Amino acid sequence: MSDDAGTDALARTPLFVEHRALGATLVPFAGYAMPVRYPAGIMAEHTHTRSAAGLFDVSHMGQVRLTGDGAAQALERLVPGDIAGLAPWAMRYTQFTNDDGGILDDLIVTRSDDGLILVVNASCKDSDIAHLERRLDAGVDLTVLGERALVALQGPKAAAVLERHAPGCAGLGFMTAGWFKAGGVDALISRSGYTGEDGFEVSLPANETAAFWRRLIAEPEVEPVGLGARDSLRLEAGLCLYGHDIDETTSPVQAGLAWSIGKRRRQEGGFPGAPRIQHELAEGPRRRRVGILPDGRAPAREGTSVLDAKDNVIGEVTSGGFGPTAGGPVAMGYVAADAAEIGRPVSLLVRGKPRPATIVKLPFVPHNYHRG
Amino acid sequence: MSGLKYSKDHEWVRVEGDIGTVGISDYAQEQLGDVVYVELPEVGRTVAQNEEAAVVESVKAASEVYAPVSGEVVEANQALEDDPALVNGEPTGAGWFLKLRLSAPGELDGLMDEAAYADYVSGLGDD
Repeated sequence: MSDDAGTDALARTPLFVEHRALGATLVPFAGYAMPVRYPAGIMAEHTHTRSAAGLFDVSHMGQVRLTGDGAAQALERLVPGDIAGLAPWAMRYTQFTNDDGGILDDLIVTRSDDGLILVVNASCKDSDIAHLERRLDAGVDLTVLGERALVALQGPKAAAVLERHAPGCAGLGFMTAGWFKAGGVDALISRSGYTGEDGFEVSLPANETAAFWRRLIAEPEVEPVGLGARDSLRLEAGLCLYGHDIDETTSPVQAGLAWSIGKRRRQEGGFPGAPRIQHELAEGPRRRRVGILPDGRAPAREGTSVLDAKDNVIGEVTSGGFGPTAGGPVAMGYVAADAAEIGRPVSLLVRGKPRPATIVKLPFVPHNYHRG
Repeated sequence: MSGLKYSKDHEWVRVEGDIGTVGISDYAQEQLGDVVYVELPEVGRTVAQNEEAAVVESVKAASEVYAPVSGEVVEANQALEDDPALVNGEPTGAGWFLKLRLSAPGELDGLMDEAAYADYVSGLGDD
């Protein structure tokens, strides 16, 4: 039997065999062979996640633990988020910034019982770890949790399903975490995700992950979901994808992520690029990330130029495609700040033809996070 | 009626008289996944063999559809504008893209018949 095209030399997550058994189409992603879709297809996987529960393998993402006195203070020198103020078992979204105020990666930080747990993007994890090792104080210990896998269960039925296998987890509030027995195994479970839906991420030992995955797949509410639907779900939810919507040339303020910079950090600074970011907070950025809704049926993909009424280029689409729940094309991108107001008509240059579109508020599909 | 003839780019053409109906193969629609948008050419446009004649978009990406033979576009399948998923459901039937009045019927000889195309697809490495 031949392997899927071009994935032989790639790293595999502990769930590779499960993906093959489920009939996934595997593609190279950040050096891993990852499922882009299963036989149901992106559309069905997407709508299933919004209506029931989708199971995702996100083991390619990096998991890192920081321990030692002053770990939070040390991390605050690399990110603009309020880490020192994180309550035990609370989580925060933040970004590694560079000295120009650009974004090196975005990440989630959890204050656990023995330090801070960082979850970073697969495509950036090697550079993130090198960055941390270079810039953290000597008193802070960094451990790469390479022996742990990560799965996400997302959707309105995720809590009911996961509670059967990890009793107590349904009591977690949004963006909090804790240790639970998941299928009898110690697992770090958080109420978080990247789909706009209620849901969980479960970090557990790599060698226990396939058995846990199969337990969840056996549940009637659960279907496996690949990277294709993960992308359309997060796009509808207005969430940034690193390397597309945010990168070293975009600042957190331009990207609409100022909400993730705490009041104390805004005042005190002390993170890379603080002067630029503080200036943008005070004066406004020169461009902003916005939602862009094409009027017709034609999707506008990444790289599409955004034009004003006089056909001047005022910005560019950074993520665009079809939103299965939105029921049509959706996009996001950057436009000049003076053109970023909601409701403004613009054009999108798709295959040489300007096509009407409107600047809209994100997200395209309301978030359905747990509020309890 | 003759059977379908296929290009290496996974388009098919079915010829009746001097009119060729063009679409994409079952293999192509399977590779693309859910089709969400189709952009069709204007009637009257002349296309050369292997020239881009239409665009098909899945949730993930846009792909070109090339004319497997040269000709003048005499009809485009407007049903695809309202229901692009026809391409997935009936790729060689109701999911056709366009009809061409063939200008170089000899080009058909360079295309694959059903059996040759099946061999070609099975050699592409996907299991």
